Amino acid sequence: MLKRRLFVAIAALAATVGFGSVAQADALGDIAARGALRVAVPQDFPPFGSVGPDMAPVGYDIDMANLIAEKLGVKVELVPVTSANRIPYLQTNKVDLVISSLGKNPEREKVIDFSTAYAPFFNGVFGPAEFAAAKPEELAGKVVGVTRGAVEDLELTKIAPTDTVIKRYEDNNGTISAFLSGQVEAVATGNVVAAAILAKNPPKRPELKFLIKNSPCYIGLSKEQPALLEKVNGIIAAAKADGSLNAISQKWLGADLPADL
Amino acid sequence: MPLPNRGAPLNYQFEFGWLAEYYPQIVKGIGITIELIAVGAVAGISLGIFCAWVRALGPAWLKPIVALYVELIRNTPFLIQLFFIFFGLPSLGPQLSELQAANIAMVVNLGAYSCEIIRAGIQATPKGQFEAGASLAMTRFETFRHVVLVPSLQRIWPALSSQVVIVMLGSAVVSQIAAEDLTFAANFIQSRTFRAFEAYIVSTAVYLALAVLLRQVLAIVGGLIFPRRAAR
Repeated sequence: MLKRRLFVAIAALAATVGFGSVAQADALGDIAARGALRVAVPQDFPPFGSVGPDMAPVGYDIDMANLIAEKLGVKVELVPVTSANRIPYLQTNKVDLVISSLGKNPEREKVIDFSTAYAPFFNGVFGPAEFAAAKPEELAGKVVGVTRGAVEDLELTKIAPTDTVIKRYEDNNGTISAFLSGQVEAVATGNVVAAAILAKNPPKRPELKFLIKNSPCYIGLSKEQPALLEKVNGIIAAAKADGSLNAISQKWLGADLPADL
Repeated sequence: MPLPNRGAPLNYQFEFGWLAEYYPQIVKGIGITIELIAVGAVAGISLGIFCAWVRALGPAWLKPIVALYVELIRNTPFLIQLFFIFFGLPSLGPQLSELQAANIAMVVNLGAYSCEIIRAGIQATPKGQFEAGASLAMTRFETFRHVVLVPSLQRIWPALSSQVVIVMLGSAVVSQIAAEDLTFAANFIQSRTFRAFEAYIVSTAVYLALAVLLRQVLAIVGGLIFPRRAAR
């Protein structure tokens, strides 16, 4: 609590004291003049962003940054950030865009703008192809694994029928092992965890059965940059239409983009 | 900005209101912990007696097999044995529920430790007692059963009791494979209510009570098996 209050206070101070004027400038013009797009990307959150074998960042967010820079006709300049400092980097004009698996919430919307969604981020119930359950009621009598105390544990406990057997494991690795060894029929987990299982190419492939909670990722921009926002949204829409965003999703998440993204 | 008094002694507000909602979890957890140690103790000590007989007096061809089992179990962590049975074995075929896996792991574990304890008791039997048994026309099995085993058990009963209590307390790790024992209940309540201190105070108190109770039960059982020279 203290940390968050401190953060808000510093952010507010930073916004009032002068960085506001920097942000007022035409970001799109600046990018074109500089010839480079500066993007805040994660380096500790695979498959969205991690450090590759050659020490260069790789991941969904990095591919997205490259795609946008390419469409803008400029070079890309990747700035590794942590989840705590990605918004301050934008507010202090150290980057033009935050592509860092950023979720949207009202608190963040007060300080930055968001593009349309560019990546799926959700948790749901995943099971092998032969496991049939299109909604929570159909989990009756089935055995589902979940990581104890995670959001999906709390939600599933609420929405699953009382005769669903929920096995709660200590961490994601326990949940994954239980699924792969057949100790549970399905798992409730995040799409990123499901992607990590798929990446190992197991005999049992976790497919999404239904969503529990959806919180897709958006690109963060400075406030009041309508030209840049419009351009970025246009690039995202085009990438969805021509299948290049779907290719990124297949590459890093092992699944097609959800239709409603 | 004044620092909050988090972690300061005497300022912590204890809150046990969750007990009303979550006590069925704790009761269920106690039941499973008792079931685990009941099955584990009876089957584990039986296995231990058999292995001790093999190692001390059994046929030569069985000795290396039992020795391998005992050394393998006594030199690997219980948690790994549990994971091996629960997560590993399914790839070979046998699909065990978490309770079956936990029961098997505890029997196998206590079997190996009690084997060595009981073997010590058997090997402390004076040679003259075997000869006395033989001179009374007892078969080898009768000699083992009446002359060797019972006095051996009596000698090592306190050590064996301690080992059973250790295994009971060690059963806390079965919560790692989602067996809903007492530790699982404590972790579950902690992750739902965020009252970690209280949840673990309650589970600690219950474990303490269970351990004391288990020692009493073992002392009574000892008194029944060894009626003339009751284990003191």
